[in-house]
Order: sequence, then C-alpha cells, then structure tokens
Amino acid sequence: METYILLGFVLLLSIFLGLELIAKVPSTLHTPLMSGANAISGIALVGALMLTAGSHLQGWLAFLAILFASINVFGGYLVTNRMLSMFKKK
Amino acid sequence: MESFIEIQTIQNIVYIGSSVLFILGIKMLGKEATAVKGNYFSALAMFAAVAITCLGLEIDLKIVIGGVVLGALIGSFIAVKVKMTAIPEMVALFNGFGGFATFLIAWSQFYKLDNSGLENTLIMLTIYIGGITFSGSLIAYGKLSEKLKLGKGSWITNILISFFYLSMPALIFVIAEPALGQILSIPPAYFSIFLALTLIAGIGFVMPIGGGDMPVVISLLNSLSGIAAAFAGLLLLNNVLIVAGSLVGASGLILTMIMAKAMNRSIGNILFVGYASASSSVAGKQEGEVKPISAQDAYLILENASSVLIVPGYGMAVAQAQHVVREMGELLEENGTEVKYGIHPVAGRMPGHMNVLLAEANVSYDLLAEPGDVNPSIDSIDVAIVIGANDVVNPSATEEPGSPIYGMPIIEVHNAKTVFVLKRSMSSGFAGVENPLFFKENTRMLFGDAKESIGQVVAEFKD
Repeated sequence: METYILLGFVLLLSIFLGLELIAKVPSTLHTPLMSGANAISGIALVGALMLTAGSHLQGWLAFLAILFASINVFGGYLVTNRMLSMFKKK
Repeated sequence: MESFIEIQTIQNIVYIGSSVLFILGIKMLGKEATAVKGNYFSALAMFAAVAITCLGLEIDLKIVIGGVVLGALIGSFIAVKVKMTAIPEMVALFNGFGGFATFLIAWSQFYKLDNSGLENTLIMLTIYIGGITFSGSLIAYGKLSEKLKLGKGSWITNILISFFYLSMPALIFVIAEPALGQILSIPPAYFSIFLALTLIAGIGFVMPIGGGDMPVVISLLNSLSGIAAAFAGLLLLNNVLIVAGSLVGASGLILTMIMAKAMNRSIGNILFVGYASASSSVAGKQEGEVKPISAQDAYLILENASSVLIVPGYGMAVAQAQHVVREMGELLEENGTEVKYGIHPVAGRMPGHMNVLLAEANVSYDLLAEPGDVNPSIDSIDVAIVIGANDVVNPSATEEPGSPIYGMPIIEVHNAKTVFVLKRSMSSGFAGVENPLFFKENTRMLFGDAKESIGQVVAEFKD
C-alpha cells in the first residue's frame, strides 16, 4: 500500500510539473508538442515489455501491446522530427 | 535471487535518469529554439528506458523482437510517407495505438492470479481509459480523414452515445466486483463484456463531435493516452511510465484548455453539447448583397496595398493552397507590401494546424501572428485575405450577443480597410452560423477553389 501512495505522489507531482513546464507554449509549436507528447505516450512499450506470457492469450496480448506501442514510438518521434525540421525563421 | 535484485536496482536508476530526460525534453519541446533538441532528448529517454527493460524480460524474445521490428517498420513507414495535410489524422491514429497498448497491458494483467482489490481497480481504470483512447482516436481518425461521415443526430450515433453513458456504471461495477463478487457470486464473463463495452463507449464518445471541434478532441485524447500510460505504471509499479505518462497527460490538458478558451466554450460544452441549432433562429436576417470580385481585380488592389494580412483556415488545407499562398506572400513582399499571417488557434482540425502547413510551405514563423497581436492594429491593414476560414473571422462573435459563437475571440478582419474572402460557395461554416462578414461594405468575395484563385493572382503578379 505504501508503494502505491508513493507512486501516486510521483504521479501527481509529475502532472503539476508538466502543467508548469508547458503552460506558455507558443501556438507555432502546438502540433509538434502534441505529436512529441504522443510519441512519449508510447512509453507503454516499457510496460508491454514487463508483461509475462503465461498463457497463449497472454502471449498474443504482449505481442500486440509491443507492436502497437512500437508503432506509436517510432512513428511519433519520426514525424515530430520531420515536422520540426520544417520550422524555419528566415 | 541476488542478481535479480541487482537488475531491478539498475533498472530503477536508469528509469530515474530517463524520467529526467523526458522532463527536459518536453520542456525544450515547448520553445522554438530548442524544440528539435527536446525531441532528441525525449527519444533518448525512451531508448534508455526500453533498452534497460529488456534486461528483465519474462516474455519470449521472439515476441519482443517481432513486435518491435514490425512496429518500427510500420510506424516509420507511416511517418515518412504522410503528407503534412494529413498530420491531424495521423496523430490521432498513433495516439490510438498508444492507448491500445495500455488497454492490452491491463487486459493481460487481469489474468495474473493474485490481484489485490487495488490492483483490480487499477486494471479496470487502465482498460477503460486506454480503451476509450483507442476507439475514440480511431473515430477521430475516421472523421479527420473524412472517411467517416456519420455525425450527430443519426440514430446509430445516438445508440453509440447511450453505450458511452452505460459504460460509466459498468466501470463502477467492475471496480466494485471483487467485493460484490463474494456476496453475489457473479460469473467472470462480465470481464469480456466490459472490454467490449469500453471500446464501443469510446466510439460513442467521439462520434457526435463535429469537425470544427476536433482540435479539442485530439488534445483531450492525447492527454488521455498519457493518463492511461501513467495508470499502467501504477499497475506495474514502474516509475518511468508514471512520469512520462503524467507529462503527456499534462501537456494534452494544457492544449485542450487553450483550444477551449480560443472557442470561448467550456470543455464540457464542446464534448457533450456541441453548437446548439439555435443558429437557425438568428439566420435569415442577413441583409445586403454579396460583392464578388475577379482574380484580376483582386490583383490590382493587392498591387497597391502597403499592408496585407493573410488569414488561413481549414479551407486552405483542403485546397492544399499553402504553397501558392507562400508564393503570393513573397511576390507581395517583393512589391514592397508588408505581409503578415493571422493564425487563429482553432483554425483547422488540430492545434497548430495552420502553422504546420505554412511551415511546410517555407513561410518564416516570425511572420505568423496570433489574434491578440493583429487585432489592435487591424484597422491600418489595407487588405485582409481570408482563405477558407469562416467562424474564426465571423464578426457575430463580437457584434451579436444572440449568436451561438458570441464571445469567441476572432481575428477582426472586418475592421481592415478591404477584406477578400476566398470561398468555394456561400455555405456557412462548421458552426452553421451565418457570417455577416460576407455582406459587409468592405468585403469582396473571390469564389472558387482557393488554390486556383490565388494561382491566378500569382500569375497576374508575374506578368
């Protein structure tokens, strides 16, 4: 139980930290920020790698979770980078 | 046993380092000068966290390598091939995939035999948020790519919405089930029903929301995918999942609030009410006539203008007119005209949509201004050119207290000396509200496809 309280504390602090860090984002960066944050949500990949595959079904669930999280991670970072490289000041 | 503890300790230390990198990365992503570096930081953080997790794998290596390699190929392929005009639906799609991964993680954890009551609660919450994110994002994808035409009002939509409302008591039930189950001995089949119900609920959640409200929905789904990952982190007792997920949740929330504010509506109003059909009572009292103009005449006026404000909207994206718009902007500048772009935060279908398109067309980002920057001096602008934007320049928002969009901050182009409105036809905008701008004394309508119309102006300039 104490572990959960501690981790819940980390969760709340991280949300507040996130709100503070990005509060004044310029509108130019709205899309890259969204797409970059989207890539970060692919962190679910780490969770997928922690799964165990006891049954046949669980093996499939783990495979699919890894597959979809990987699409999210690779696609998200690449497209954010592609987008940011277009932003130029002349 | 000893070496097992060591691996876990090493993992946790690396997770802390990678959390720090995520925090720095997302901070840098919020500033123009450091955004590219920020994205690298966050990618590095991801790589470190994933690599160190592989040390403690309990699943078959074939599953891991197969999943990662296939995912990397598919993701990279989509990211490299996607057209910039299709970015909104692609972000929605990737977002859905992230949500789906958390949904599957929680599903798999359900089959762990020794789940405590608290773990059960976390499993159900993660399934719910992840599932709603997944199916909701797919619907958003369908709407944004215009493959899905179904919207508010259809009976199918109404049935789906009722599933969304049904899903909430169902969530409470599955959370309370371990306690209830002992008393009532409910068969375990409820779990499969809950999985299906969650996915249908996500469809019902996004289905009634219209295209113009998509910036809010995408931001919110983005936020939810982060929250789902953070809950999965609680479930798996993994700190990097919690930190990274929470950061995404927070950034999505901020974007959601910025978008709602730019529409002067509450988030609840956008998600659950939509624009009331009250517009029909306001409509019909438009007076005056529309004054069309030809591209040649538009060119003659532009040639003599000393300042021009270009206001793009979703129509520019549809017509793929961003490149020809940039060309016109450059020709005007060569002619000695001062050119600015007025970008409304909710113009287009996602936050920052217009900025991305203009950046793709090589427009320098210091030429892009927000409504608050252009409105105070807008009466000194010679020509404001509205390209496929409608509601964000509708003067009803400032002039008609009865209008459904009254109070929404707009770009006040009607105060410029002359306004050109490029439009395909006289239909009203997404909100279904009549736009008195079209009937103003200083407004000229340039009907036709935006790309063709501007192309003609550009051709005149070159002659």
